[in-house]
Amino acid sequence: MLFQETIANPAFGLVPWVVFFPLVGLVLNLLFGRRLGEVFTGTVAVLASGAAFVVSVLLALGLAAHPEPVVVPFLEWLRIGDFAANWDFRVDTLSVTMMLVVSGVGTLIHIYATRYMHADVRHNGDPGRYRRFFVYFSLFILAMMILVTANNYLMLFVGWEGVGLCSYLLIGFWFEKGEDGIGNAKAAKKAFVVNRIGDFGLLVAMFTMFWAFGSLDFDAVLAAAPAAAPGVLLVITLLMLLGVTGKSAQIPLFVWLPDAMAGPTPVSALIHAATMVTAGVYLVARSAPMFNAVPAAQAAVMWVGAITALFAATIALGQNDIKKVLAYSTISQLGFMVAAVGMGAYVAGMFHLITHAFFKALLFLSAGSVILGMEHGEEAGHAKGHGHAEHADQGDHGGLDPQDMRNMGGLRRRMPVTFLVYLVGSLALAGVAPLSGFFSKDEILVAASRSNFIVLGVLLLAAFFTAFYVGRQLMLVFFGRERTPAAERAVESPALITVPLIVLALLAAVGGALNLPGSHLLETWLEHTLGAGEPAEFILPLAGVALGVALLGLFLGWLIYRRPFQREPLERTGPLFRAFNRKWWVDEAYHALVVRPYNGISRFLAGDFDMGFIDTVANGAGVLVRRLSGWWGVLQNGFVRTYALMVVVGVVSIMLYLALR
Amino acid sequence: MAPLYYYIGLSVIMFTIGMLGVLLRRNAIVIFMSLELMFNAANLAFIAFSRHYQNMNGQMFVFFVMTVAAAEVAVGLALMVTIFRTRRSIDVDQINSMKG
Repeated sequence: MLFQETIANPAFGLVPWVVFFPLVGLVLNLLFGRRLGEVFTGTVAVLASGAAFVVSVLLALGLAAHPEPVVVPFLEWLRIGDFAANWDFRVDTLSVTMMLVVSGVGTLIHIYATRYMHADVRHNGDPGRYRRFFVYFSLFILAMMILVTANNYLMLFVGWEGVGLCSYLLIGFWFEKGEDGIGNAKAAKKAFVVNRIGDFGLLVAMFTMFWAFGSLDFDAVLAAAPAAAPGVLLVITLLMLLGVTGKSAQIPLFVWLPDAMAGPTPVSALIHAATMVTAGVYLVARSAPMFNAVPAAQAAVMWVGAITALFAATIALGQNDIKKVLAYSTISQLGFMVAAVGMGAYVAGMFHLITHAFFKALLFLSAGSVILGMEHGEEAGHAKGHGHAEHADQGDHGGLDPQDMRNMGGLRRRMPVTFLVYLVGSLALAGVAPLSGFFSKDEILVAASRSNFIVLGVLLLAAFFTAFYVGRQLMLVFFGRERTPAAERAVESPALITVPLIVLALLAAVGGALNLPGSHLLETWLEHTLGAGEPAEFILPLAGVALGVALLGLFLGWLIYRRPFQREPLERTGPLFRAFNRKWWVDEAYHALVVRPYNGISRFLAGDFDMGFIDTVANGAGVLVRRLSGWWGVLQNGFVRTYALMVVVGVVSIMLYLALR
Repeated sequence: MAPLYYYIGLSVIMFTIGMLGVLLRRNAIVIFMSLELMFNAANLAFIAFSRHYQNMNGQMFVFFVMTVAAAEVAVGLALMVTIFRTRRSIDVDQINSMKG
């Protein structure tokens, strides 16, 4: 079958290689990476990801000629009675789009990481971990490819769990670092546990699917979905939504993503911004016929997304850590995408997913470049050292926090390339006109204007906050005057870092061309998989309002932060800023409402219940048996004649019983 | 010919004497002899019934019993000799090291 497929359509037969190239890279690095050094390791990882990208491009070209979905059978995996779940590769416009994003952005981030991790492993004092990083990275690409090429929900779940594992491993990459030496490990554990809650939803959704349809194949399930009982579909879709909130960091399960910034910056860019967290959006788009059949579930998805978009945008306003701002921004933008797919605007959601992958990966990587520059400046300061006693670092031993925006300022002169690409990414994120973010966000707003005006208002407000925190961040990081000696000595990063940034900046700038209002390239492309929807039109007044909101936000950011300041200007808003800064106390609330009761129950079960009750029962049984045997042991007195007497008594009693019966 | 219950009565008396000997005496040799008495009481009953019912099965059993008893005595006496060598006594009440 695979053979025939290869003959008939050479490109599609290649599809397993999107998974196997990363696998080859992983194995090579695992076996030889330590011996052959950093250059080898980095090259192998980049080539593995790049080869997957080439295969994806070939698949896309093949699909351009024959856009119908193709299933490439690969391996019979499970067969239980009538139920079969095989490892087949699904090649359709949706999955290939995801493959292109994952491997394309992934390759750029790999290139960046070869240099970034070179510096990072030295800064953190363990160069031996360079190889481990790229092994995990290849593993991530592999798992993500399994996720997007799956042809049934079970295989998708394999990838889903695989990327979750990689996320866990990479958040905890410096597991012995962080607050109290366990901060990073705690962040990794939090991501893992919170994701499990979402996975529980997806698992039960799959069980229900199997119960209702007897299959987990996309084609079978989605074909049967419109005819199924609405109640069953509602259960499935809402449970799926729980999975989406976990993986794509939506309310109420978004709390893991900000902490996930404990991982190295390329990890934040690749996994926690560009690809893995969009898996939830992909899942909803993939299950479109099921969601279309239950408007209630669609509404739930839409509201979750819209509220998350606004909520996270407000939190991003109050953060001082450059990566935390971007993390909450990611949650907010994911909210836009989830809201879009909830409104049935799957193309708009996927469009925003793609452009967001470009500009958010760009922003994270540039932030990494900024952090490198700051770290370099700090180390240079220590090297020169003594003359700057009055500039002594604020922190005691650990030095200053190279991620705190309050320590930056004026970097536009020190790091001109990073500044330019950051500017492009920021403006794209804010939604300024010719850049990609403007077009994709506009499509979501158009869809919102068609479905629900309150949601439109919420999203516009979120867009305003987005522009505002973008302006704030730009001003704090790049404008004004240097606020610390480290910022004064910051230097531009080397070419291996800036070149991927420039490429991503170009993509972020022109990515909107994918689905320009006139051409609808992406729309017609995805129609082959998602079915024809309402073509997104360009509503000029709405676009004008969106652009105006973005510019207003940026302008406000400039206005408030243009002058040097001692205290955060937003603190004048009092409790509001405190709420933003403290993240609306969500972590504290979860701690009080979930973690503490849970710990209490655990402690009770471990102490009073297990050590108290269960152990008493178990030990009591033992004591009882010992005491009973003590009593009966008296009979075993060692006198043979007593035993003989017992035999006689026994025989006589049996005889008596038989005789008198 | 004497009636059946004469034989059975004698057998019961022999068996009871043997049983009391096993239960009451402490000398292992005497206990063995009492056991033999019980075997022979059983044998007598077998023979009597065999004759009464004109059935050879009983006589067959007697041969088996005699064979087993001979083997048992051989093993038992060997045990007694060994025990006597180690403990200088064959008083069964003193052989009590296996109590619980």
